[in-house]
Amino acid sequence: MTQPDIILQAEDIHKSFGNLEVLKGISLKARNHDVISILGSSGSGKSTFLRCLNFLEIPTSGKVTILGEEILVKNGKPQSARHIEQIRARLGMVFQQFNLWTHRTVLENVMEGPIHVKGTSKAEARDKAEALLKRVGLEERMQMYPSQLSGGQQQRVAIARALAMEPEAILFDEPTSALDPELVGEVLKVMQDLAAEGRTMIVVTHEMGFARDVSSEVVFLHQGRIAEQGPPEEMFTNPKTEVFERFIAKVR
Amino acid sequence: MNPIEILIDYWPRLLDGALMTIKLTFLGALIAALVSPGFALIRVRVSPLAQAPLRLYVSFMRGTPILAQLFLIFYGSGQFRPALEDWGLWTFFRDPFNCALLAFALNSTAYQTEILRGGIMGVPQGEIEAAKAVGMTWRKTLARVVFPHAYRIAWPALGNEFILLMKASALASVVTVFDLMGRTRQVFSKTFDFSVYLWAALIYLFMTAVFVFVWRQAERYLSRHIEARERPRTTTPTVKGTQA
Repeated sequence: MTQPDIILQAEDIHKSFGNLEVLKGISLKARNHDVISILGSSGSGKSTFLRCLNFLEIPTSGKVTILGEEILVKNGKPQSARHIEQIRARLGMVFQQFNLWTHRTVLENVMEGPIHVKGTSKAEARDKAEALLKRVGLEERMQMYPSQLSGGQQQRVAIARALAMEPEAILFDEPTSALDPELVGEVLKVMQDLAAEGRTMIVVTHEMGFARDVSSEVVFLHQGRIAEQGPPEEMFTNPKTEVFERFIAKVR
Repeated sequence: MNPIEILIDYWPRLLDGALMTIKLTFLGALIAALVSPGFALIRVRVSPLAQAPLRLYVSFMRGTPILAQLFLIFYGSGQFRPALEDWGLWTFFRDPFNCALLAFALNSTAYQTEILRGGIMGVPQGEIEAAKAVGMTWRKTLARVVFPHAYRIAWPALGNEFILLMKASALASVVTVFDLMGRTRQVFSKTFDFSVYLWAALIYLFMTAVFVFVWRQAERYLSRHIEARERPRTTTPTVKGTQA
């Protein structure tokens, strides 16, 4: 049974690509208002794990429960494939490469999900998209195409696009890794604001500052397993495992 | 007779032929355009074994002369007349227009399938993922992301295919369809005046020119997001509170 305030729960997620086992049984619980940072060196499986949460990557086995909606996966086959789209619609996702729809304007990008997935009316979707774009500071760029924006601006559009679906939680897959250093700040600021207003967020990141100062929980993955997990103050001041200690020493 | 007199005397026939050419080409291309998206998806997504029949069909259509295909259908159907009569299909195959249309549609379907396949493979994978992540069904993803990109990528090649088909449609005259080429040959056999072929060539040229113009306008529309990038930004407003 799941408690009511648990937004997302992953249990014993395994994922193999051929003979290579990338995830070796990872469990994670996200309560309402949690901001969970997932850290790990390259190849630790952190992005793969995040992508398993909304089934962009189908786990080899495990169970993902989102607001009581449970999807069990055995042998790489989800037992109830029909719900996957509905679950995705309730989880926002922000990608490393933004992945905006380049053939649609900024405004259309944000309106697309509400109109074509939720069935919201055009007028309503437009009002909401305009408000969201204003919030991320892009009201002047609404009629532009993604190719006309900087990386930081594109990523903010992507965040607005995720918010437009009124998601229960938002997954961030290295949202600042593809940005020029001077553009990282503007995206982190938007994410900080989201955290401050109590959004549930799961963030794969290399931004130690964000992990330490903004998140409520840090998860450190190493070789497909959770090596260390806990509140950020504790983990950063007093790392319990040698691997995590070496990791923070390296990225600092 | 001078060339102008030929035109004055015979323009209704040439016009009639041109209309037939347009009808043949458009219908053939249209049928192909309706069938090819499904075929292209099969080419992209289905296992090699399961799509073997489709690949065989495509290879055959692209690897043999369109005239041979036309003869196979037109004369071949005559060979099987009793069987076709049994199935009630003879009335269709008896009409050379239908045979030509079938040949062109089959041929163009093969080409358009391969062109669209290339377009679909060129769709940015990340944008498909974004569509999935937002909760779109596979159908929605196709309609909203995959095909809009695929057609934009495939557009120039599809236009090319249409022009080739329009010119290939002259072959229909060989099986007694009175398209532009058929009418031209008819006029020539009466007048023995070579200049009628010149007029025919000019009419073909005119038709393809009009088509190219229209197609390019459509291409511009489809590529507006790419052209937008080249356009200078008129305003670069600073965004409050978000400067890095």
